[in-house]
Amino acid sequence: MSGPSTFQPQNPVLKWIERRLPIMGLVHGSFVAYPTPRNLNYWWTFGGILSFMLVVQIVTGVILAMHYTPHADMAFNSVEGIVRDVNFGWLLRYLHSNGASMFFIAVYIHMLRGLYYGSYKEPREILWILGVIIYLLMMATGFMGYVLPWGQMSFWGATVITNLFSAIPWVGDSIVTLLWGGYSVGNPTLNRFFSLHYLLPFLILGVVILHVWALHVAGQNNPAGVEPKSDQDTVPFTPYATVKDAFGLCCFLLFYAWFIFFIPNYLGDPDNYVQANPAVTPAHIVPEWYYLPFYAILRSIPNKLGGVVCMFGAIIVLAFLPWLDTARTRSSRYRPLAKQFFWLFVIVCLGLGYLGAQPPEGIYVIAGRILTVCYFAYFLIVLPLLSRVETPKTLPNSIADDVLAKTGSLAKPMVSTALAIAVIGALTFGGGLKAQAADEHDSAPPSLKWSFAGPFGKFNEGQLQRGYKVYKEVCSNCHSMNQLHFRNLADPGGPGFSTAQALAVASEAKVQDGPNDAGEMFERPGRLADKFPSPFANEQAARAANGGAAPPDLSLMAKARGYERGFPQFIFDAFLQFQEKGPNYIAAILQGYDAAPAGFALPEGSNYNKYFPGHAIKMPKPLSDGQVTFDDGSPQTVQQYATDVAAFLMWAAEPALVARKRIGVQVMIFLIIFAGLLYFTKRKVWAAAH
Amino acid sequence: MTTTASAEHTRRDFLYIATGAAAAIGTAATIWPLISQMNPDASTIAAGAPIKVDLAPIAEGQAIKVFWRGKPIYIWHRTKKEIDEAKAVPASSLPDPATDAQRTKEGHEQWLVVIGICTHLGCIPIAHEGDFQGFFCPCHGSQYDTAGRIRRGPAPANLPLPPYEFASDTQIQIG
Repeated sequence: MSGPSTFQPQNPVLKWIERRLPIMGLVHGSFVAYPTPRNLNYWWTFGGILSFMLVVQIVTGVILAMHYTPHADMAFNSVEGIVRDVNFGWLLRYLHSNGASMFFIAVYIHMLRGLYYGSYKEPREILWILGVIIYLLMMATGFMGYVLPWGQMSFWGATVITNLFSAIPWVGDSIVTLLWGGYSVGNPTLNRFFSLHYLLPFLILGVVILHVWALHVAGQNNPAGVEPKSDQDTVPFTPYATVKDAFGLCCFLLFYAWFIFFIPNYLGDPDNYVQANPAVTPAHIVPEWYYLPFYAILRSIPNKLGGVVCMFGAIIVLAFLPWLDTARTRSSRYRPLAKQFFWLFVIVCLGLGYLGAQPPEGIYVIAGRILTVCYFAYFLIVLPLLSRVETPKTLPNSIADDVLAKTGSLAKPMVSTALAIAVIGALTFGGGLKAQAADEHDSAPPSLKWSFAGPFGKFNEGQLQRGYKVYKEVCSNCHSMNQLHFRNLADPGGPGFSTAQALAVASEAKVQDGPNDAGEMFERPGRLADKFPSPFANEQAARAANGGAAPPDLSLMAKARGYERGFPQFIFDAFLQFQEKGPNYIAAILQGYDAAPAGFALPEGSNYNKYFPGHAIKMPKPLSDGQVTFDDGSPQTVQQYATDVAAFLMWAAEPALVARKRIGVQVMIFLIIFAGLLYFTKRKVWAAAH
Repeated sequence: MTTTASAEHTRRDFLYIATGAAAAIGTAATIWPLISQMNPDASTIAAGAPIKVDLAPIAEGQAIKVFWRGKPIYIWHRTKKEIDEAKAVPASSLPDPATDAQRTKEGHEQWLVVIGICTHLGCIPIAHEGDFQGFFCPCHGSQYDTAGRIRRGPAPANLPLPPYEFASDTQIQIG
């Protein structure tokens, strides 16, 4: 993509093709001979990482679409079907859902890199604007993708985001109706979002090609921000940039694999494991993390139209960056003030992100407003004025000079590294204290030890069998488990029933089938392929029999419930692979029944529970000591019942957990070895250039 | 590649080969799940479990169609005449030689159980039709006899037999 190529194939067949379609010359010119500045650091590998992530999302997305059903009644179950029944379906789904997050992490780093090193300045304005367009398309794609699983957050996220457009004067309501294809978010909305979610990635791909084209015309920026002047300043793309990008990508894959295999639901919301219900809004609606800063800006403005304008304005302002920043020096490395403001801006963005996840009340609203002003001030006041007061440092004469100068001092990186370690250490210590404090707090469920926690965690067969017994003898009288089939009892990594035992369990159940030849429904014994039977024929019956509160389905309960861990504990949870909020909560709820404290107004027909949000729970105390008989000598206490059934429900919610962690460990080992090999290969390749 | 020392060469070549090999292994291991997901999923396999069919209501001369694993299975209660016709043909004269005994279960010769999918291009043949009063495929004119054997037309083979056995005289299990 950098003009006519000098590539000359020798093979006559290739020559014949090349004369008619110079595609090999194009690839050679763009990705082999293409001169790349020799001083690029690892922040420049994120362009390649983003291209890779786009391919990952398209490939896994096309595959998921083979198994997904875009229908309001079936979407949620079809996603569960992918995770539970399709070969490696859990892997593909987690690759895709976490892939979206990785895509955004990479794009934010890529954007901040551009911001820091002034990569948007002349002659790269169009390149930058194409990037902003890609980012907008990514946001639209990510949003529509999040709607597809049709969980509670999908549904209510779709409702809230589409309602943004109702703020537009005069035509707003018509636009919203147009988006919905109905009078509310429903099946037509889901169908069109599926269609558009499939389309937009290919538009992104198209704009990415333009982005790369523009890049290869203008040439890459570099940390020094001076243009290459001679061959001394550049190295050929292959092998130099290729092997460096490959090493960067492999390190990124390690990070990605950590999420997929060990904390796949860390970045998701538990509410999205509850099927969409148009009658109930979740207590606390939050978008996916990558939209949080903009969501915080939206909520900071106490006016509907104003909030929407500011939110979109916060993205659109990026497109004007090349003209808002009036400094002639590109790289912040040589701009002492711009560097400081850049880091302040990063902190403002992180702060807005944190506030976007908090409830919109009290101090959070005020902080949000202050940070919103800071966000816009950076672009509209700081950057235009900074060049007038700032004296830039002397630029190196050439990139080659920059490379030679840099091999000297190591002191500066060491200072910043020490500082970073100190900050992390302080946070860890603070987090430890905070976690202790949280454990003493009355409404946070205590953290229990689970056999399935950690990178080598496995389910305990005996515990799952006991848990199943508790479920069957107690819970199943009121609660359904629609995602589970009798055959699952014999699945590897589960409670360890033999097929014959599972069949025996199945044939005890009466399943309605039909119609037969006479057109009548009939009952027959259950088969392995049948679902666990429901205690009630439908939701209305369940509601009527339980004082107005339908007992929720338990299949996904262990992933559909969570609680706040607080800052900074939630950050350590990612490192410590904490994924056991659900079972902690379930075990706590089952043991949390108590007499209501004096002064607590307990509504009629409710029971007091220490750990239930609001403390008034409709379900009466379900378990008492000695209620279920265990054959293996385990204590027949409420505590034992509660932990066993919580473990069983964790298996029910995540049946592939054991396989996931086993494959995860293998993948991590492979990636570490591969990263090591790439690192040494990279050193060998670059040895000639230094 | 300017160095001439052969020891240096070997070490570098080994590193490059090891890295390339690791990349190849990683790619292959990645492609595996991407292909494997296209196989039938666990629910499809579970739904393909054996089925039981009650034969009592099927009158002599009647053929019924049941579905197993998404395929139509013909269960035909053959008359004495139809059995005799099938037995009378010498197997060696057939395009796909098979005796009537090979097409049925011993002691249950009146029951013909075949997968009702034409071996030509997968259409469903119609029972009790055609020159041999067996099956006639309307798509391209293949004709099968009363034992489901190909007699005329483009189909290359007899109608396949599903795995089945008699649970009792009046019930079979297919699969």
